[in-house]
Amino acid sequence: MSVITYRDALNQALREEMHRDDRVFIMGEEVAVYQGAYKVSKGLLQEFGEMRVVDTPITELGFAGVGVGAAMVGLRPIIEFMTWNFALLAIDQVVNSAAKMLYMSGGQYNMPMVFRGPNGAALQLSAQHSQAWESWLAHIPGLKVVAPGTPYDAKGLLKSAIRDDNPVIVLEGEMLYNTKGEVPENEEVIVPLGKAELKREGEHASIITHGKMVLAALQAADQLGKQGINVDVVDLRTIRPMDVDAITTSVRKTNRAVVLEEGWEICGVGAQVVDYIQRDCFDDLDAPVVRVHQADVPMPYAKNLERAAKPDAAKAIAAVKKVMYLE
Amino acid sequence: MATKVVMEALSPTMEEGRLVKWLKNEGDQIKNGETLAEVETDKAIMELVARGEGVLRKRLLNENDAAPVGQLIAVIAPPDENIDALVSSAGSAAAAPAAPAAPAAASAGATQEKVASGAPPAPPTARPAAPPAPSAAPSGNGGGRMRSSPLARRMASENGLDLQGVQGSGPGGRIIKRDIEAAVASGSAKQQPTAGRFVPAGEDYRDAPLTQIRKTIARRLSESIGPIPTFYLTAEFDMERVAEMRAAMAAMGDEFKVSFNDIVLKAVATALAQHPEVNAHWLGDKIRYFNRVHLGMAVAIEDGLITPVIFDADQKRMSEISRESRELAKRARERKLKPEEYTGSTFSVSNLGMFGIDQFTAIINPPEVGILAVGALEEKPVVVDGALAHRKRMRVTMSCDHRVVDGALGARFLQTLRRLIENPLMLVY
Repeated sequence: MSVITYRDALNQALREEMHRDDRVFIMGEEVAVYQGAYKVSKGLLQEFGEMRVVDTPITELGFAGVGVGAAMVGLRPIIEFMTWNFALLAIDQVVNSAAKMLYMSGGQYNMPMVFRGPNGAALQLSAQHSQAWESWLAHIPGLKVVAPGTPYDAKGLLKSAIRDDNPVIVLEGEMLYNTKGEVPENEEVIVPLGKAELKREGEHASIITHGKMVLAALQAADQLGKQGINVDVVDLRTIRPMDVDAITTSVRKTNRAVVLEEGWEICGVGAQVVDYIQRDCFDDLDAPVVRVHQADVPMPYAKNLERAAKPDAAKAIAAVKKVMYLE
Repeated sequence: MATKVVMEALSPTMEEGRLVKWLKNEGDQIKNGETLAEVETDKAIMELVARGEGVLRKRLLNENDAAPVGQLIAVIAPPDENIDALVSSAGSAAAAPAAPAAPAAASAGATQEKVASGAPPAPPTARPAAPPAPSAAPSGNGGGRMRSSPLARRMASENGLDLQGVQGSGPGGRIIKRDIEAAVASGSAKQQPTAGRFVPAGEDYRDAPLTQIRKTIARRLSESIGPIPTFYLTAEFDMERVAEMRAAMAAMGDEFKVSFNDIVLKAVATALAQHPEVNAHWLGDKIRYFNRVHLGMAVAIEDGLITPVIFDADQKRMSEISRESRELAKRARERKLKPEEYTGSTFSVSNLGMFGIDQFTAIINPPEVGILAVGALEEKPVVVDGALAHRKRMRVTMSCDHRVVDGALGARFLQTLRRLIENPLMLVY
C-alpha cells in the first residue's frame, strides 16, 4: 500500500486505462504539452503520443462535440474541462448530445465517454469560478455522475467511468488534488458506479455527503467523537445512480440525518437525499433531517465572507447536535 | 403563548366537575403533563393535567366549586405575557350555554386550546386517531396536538406505551426517542389496555345486520315490556366440586386462595367465549358480536354502584382474575377507577351472595344483552342418585335481552356454565 495524492491517483487511472484499451484517449485545454492545468495528465503525451493526448483550442462546446462524435464511431474519449465552470459553454453537448444519444438513436449509439474536471470552490476564485454543479448534472437522465472524495475513490471511480458505455461525469476538486490517501500499488483498484461507502461508523447520527465534503464530514466525525458522539459518514461517491440502500440502512440505524453538500440549497443533491429518507425512513426518524450547504449567494471573493458562505466541519457539527437535540 | 386550562371531560358521561383540590399555586412553574388539580367527576376523582408549559398565572375556580365541562378554570402562560383579556373572557365564556369546547371535549377529550394572547380562540384541534382499544379511548388528552417524532411513535407502539403518559423533551414538547427510552426504563408510562399477551388476531367484534325476524321480535317485545324486553332464566348449580377445588387450593398456601366469585367469573368468561351470541351489544340497527370477552363485575360502593371491567377475561388465568377483581373492587370503593377501567364490558356479573341473597334478578347494563345475577352458596337437601343428600348449591339468574338472546340460546349458555362450574377442572382444559 502506498500513500499518493488524489492527482496521482487520477493520473494512474488514466494511464492504466489507456494501456488497457487503445480506444481510450484524452482531449482538452492544456492536457498535452503543458501536462494538464492541474498536472492530472502528466507524462501521458510522452507515453501515448499526440494522437491520444490532444490539446484543444479554448472551445469547450467544440471539443465536447468532437468527443461525442468520436464516441459515436467507437472511440472512448475522456474530455477534460479545465474547471466545470467552463463546461457551462459545453452544456448543450453534454446534456443534449451525450446524455440523449443512446435514447434518441433507438439504442444504436452507445456513448462511452467521460467528462471530467475540478468542481466547486477552491480559494478566493470568486463567484463565477466557485460553483458546484452536481445537482445540474445529476438532474439529467442519461448521465451518470460521480464525485470521489479520496485518492482511492478517485482512481477506482475514474477507471469505472472510462469502462462504462454511458457518459459519466467525474467531479474532482482543485482543493482535493493535493490531498493524500492510501491506494494499493499492485492490485487493480475499481470502485463500482452507484455504490456508496460507509467511511466512518457510528450510532448517533448519519452524515450523508459526497465529493470534497467527505473530508469535512470526517473532520466533524473526529471532533464529535471526542465529545462522545459517534456518527456514520456515508460517502455517496456516485450521485447518479444514487445508492439509496446505503442511505436508508444508516438512517434506520441512527434515526437522525444530516445531509452535507458543497452546492446551494435549493434543488440541491441534498434535497433528493432528504426525499429518499422521508419516503423510506419516515418511521425511523427521531428528528427532522438537517441540511448543510453553501449560503444561498454567489460565492463572495472576500476571504472572511467566502469562509462564512462555505459549508464546513463546524457547520456539520452544529447540524449533528441539532438533530440530536443537543443545542 | 398562553394555555387555557379548562374543565375537561374526565369520564365519558361527565358534564361538570367539582374541583376537589388545587395541587399547584399561582406563580408555580408548570411543565407539560404535570398534575394541576384533583377533579371529582360523576364517577371518580381524577387528575387534571397541564397541556402546556409556563407559569400558573391564574386560578379561576375555587376548591369545592363545580364547573361545566369546557369552562376556563386557569391560565398557564409565560410570566410576562398579558393575560387580562383571557381572564376577563372567562366569565362570559362560562355563562354562554354550550361552550364550544364542551362537545369536542366530550367526544375527543380535546380541551386545552393554545391561543395567542389577544387572538380569538382557535377551534380545538383533534388529536390523531387513537389505535382501536377495547375500552373507550383514554380521555384527558391535550387539545394542542401532541408532538412526537415518527420514531417515537413507532417505539411507543412496539413497547405498548401510551404516548400520553410520556413527557416530551424535544422542541415544543416533542416526544423523541430518549423520552420513550426513559419511559420504558422507568416503566412510568401507562401501558395501553390493548398491550400484552391478550390480543387475539383479527377483529375485536363482528357486526351483524338485523334480519327481519330479529326486527319484528325486537319491536313486538319492546312494545310489550319496555325498551329492553328482558326475560329471566334461573338455574341452581351444584357447588361441591368448586368448594373442594377451592379448599384444596387454599390448603396449598395463601397465595393460591381464590374466592367463589373468582371461579364464577372465570367460568362465565369461558362460557362466553364458547357462546359469542350472548357476548354482544344491541346497537339499535345492528347487533355487535364481540370476539373478545370483557367481563364487567358490579361493585357496590358507598353511594352507588360501578362496574369495572376485566378485559379479555377468558384469556386470563384464575389467579389473574382473582388479583384483578380484588384490585378493581378496592379501587372502585376508593373511587380511583379510571374511565377506561369501567367502560367497554361485553357482559356483566352481579353477585349478592355475600349478603345472603338466595336469588335475584339483575338489570341489564345496555348496550349489553345479558347479565348474570349470582346468589349465595348454601347447603341444601337435594336428591342425588335417588337418595336424599346435602349438597352445596348456588342459584344464578341470567337476565337476557330478548331482542338478541332467545330463551333457548340463554338456556344453552347456562348449560355450558353449569358444566363448567359443576366440573371446574374444565376451566383448565
